[in-house]
Amino acid sequence: MKERVGIVGIGVTGFNSVSPSLSFKELTYTAAVKAYGEAGLHPKQIDSFITASEDFMEGYSIFDEYVPDQMGAVMRPVHTVTADFLQALGVGCMMINTGRFTTIAVEAHSKASNVKTLDEVQAFALDPVYLRPLKENAKFVAGLEMKCFLEMTGNTEEQCARVVVKNKKNSQKNPNAAYGAELSVDDVLNSEPISTPLKRLDVSERADGAIMVVLASEAEARALCKNPIWIDGIAWFSGNGNLWSRNIAEADYARLAMRKACSMAGISDPRKELHFAEICDEYSYKELQHLEALGLARKGEAGYLTESGVTSLDGDFPVNPSGGSLGVGHTFEASGGMKLYEAVLQLRNQAGARQVKDAKRCLVQSWRGVPTATGAVAILSNE
Amino acid sequence: MKIEKVPMKGLTSEEYEKALKISWKPKLQYAWDNGIAIGKYLQGLKEGKLLASCCNRCGRIMLPVRSFCELCWRPTDGEIAVNDTGVVNTFAICHVNWDASRLKPDEPRHIPAVIEIDGASKGQGIMHVLGNVDPAKVKIGMKVKAVWKPVAERVGSIDDIRFFEPY
Repeated sequence: MKERVGIVGIGVTGFNSVSPSLSFKELTYTAAVKAYGEAGLHPKQIDSFITASEDFMEGYSIFDEYVPDQMGAVMRPVHTVTADFLQALGVGCMMINTGRFTTIAVEAHSKASNVKTLDEVQAFALDPVYLRPLKENAKFVAGLEMKCFLEMTGNTEEQCARVVVKNKKNSQKNPNAAYGAELSVDDVLNSEPISTPLKRLDVSERADGAIMVVLASEAEARALCKNPIWIDGIAWFSGNGNLWSRNIAEADYARLAMRKACSMAGISDPRKELHFAEICDEYSYKELQHLEALGLARKGEAGYLTESGVTSLDGDFPVNPSGGSLGVGHTFEASGGMKLYEAVLQLRNQAGARQVKDAKRCLVQSWRGVPTATGAVAILSNE
Repeated sequence: MKIEKVPMKGLTSEEYEKALKISWKPKLQYAWDNGIAIGKYLQGLKEGKLLASCCNRCGRIMLPVRSFCELCWRPTDGEIAVNDTGVVNTFAICHVNWDASRLKPDEPRHIPAVIEIDGASKGQGIMHVLGNVDPAKVKIGMKVKAVWKPVAERVGSIDDIRFFEPY
């Protein structure tokens, strides 16, 4: 990266299945107060503000008009990135790299519990001519991806179930997580089929919550903060948007974003140079598929790495120490943010019972969910 | 496709019926959490009161209720009931409905207005509609008062006030 960008403040609310006691504005405000407090900044000292949100998830058109109050951004420059939090974070880094901005605040939140027709919103993302007339629940996309991925790589349904068991176990040690559980592989394998081979427990459940991050230029980050966490590389890519002609077995977007982010960060052997990863596990198989696309496992090896404990909290290369979307809850546009928060805690040595030893460098990865082929990767370090 | 082959006009109903097409009606439903501030404000309306929040730092009395002062960036310091009277700050006379259909000549015009509420800080207004008034006689600066629904009909909504009328 031309110049590194530092994270000088971060705040989250807990993640919960519902959050009736706070409006979406109050939810974001709660996270923002923590982030600005850590950064030691009044919002008036922040140069620009970004929110990652999707109008259909909010139930408002032009949702960006409803965000300034709770970010402390009244009469200030604000814009929305309609994508995952990590993509908004990338935009913030680019703004700082222009030299025109010193500090940027980036926010994302989920009030998924307020969307009463979540499956309809997902269906609305399907192509109106070629897909919607089939009238399938949008999760069929995950089912056919999973089928193709398992068939092409030799990974198994049982190995996918092990991802669920591992992540729900990790999240028991995460006070912010909503879906911690002690499950067996059989519990997962015997859960109701959704879109075979996808079963109920392979699917993460929705959660509400907010995250706010304050970014600063390298010089400003050093002045503001004793232990800034550095963004060494960040990138996002889209694969083929057409479901019927894309490389369904492999997550091209993750492979491409990883290559770019690693080249920005000067990383040539990610498995050796990185110490853990927070990656998208919205569905169990996605963790395995992403591990292989990111080059952290060879083709067909991700399931074995899970089975043999390499990706466990005490393994050689922990994956989703937070518990991931399966354990913490799936927060839609805020998903990359929830995972970034874990990465920052780990790199600051503040992750408590789930602390990864000697964690100095890691990657965070997000995916936009079905039916997309879009995702982002960020490489972070603490030195 | 040659451009001259494209009919440069809208389709007739008959042509539309024959055209190849796909339609989709999204079913989008939300139930937004009120949280602290909106919850208090709506409860106030149900009880026939307009509640405002106070910020002890900037001294503003703000409508509607908010749980934090967005300018001072700190929690607000409680709520007070302000008057249900105010002054028209600006207004529009609408000749079309919500769905863009035209009002018939004999139907009353809608008059949405920003009303600066007495007892709140200068510039602190709410949006509502004016009623019981000849549109031609509405003026900026006009004094108006809330006309409430009977207690039994109030549900905790801004509709609990039917409209504001001159007094």
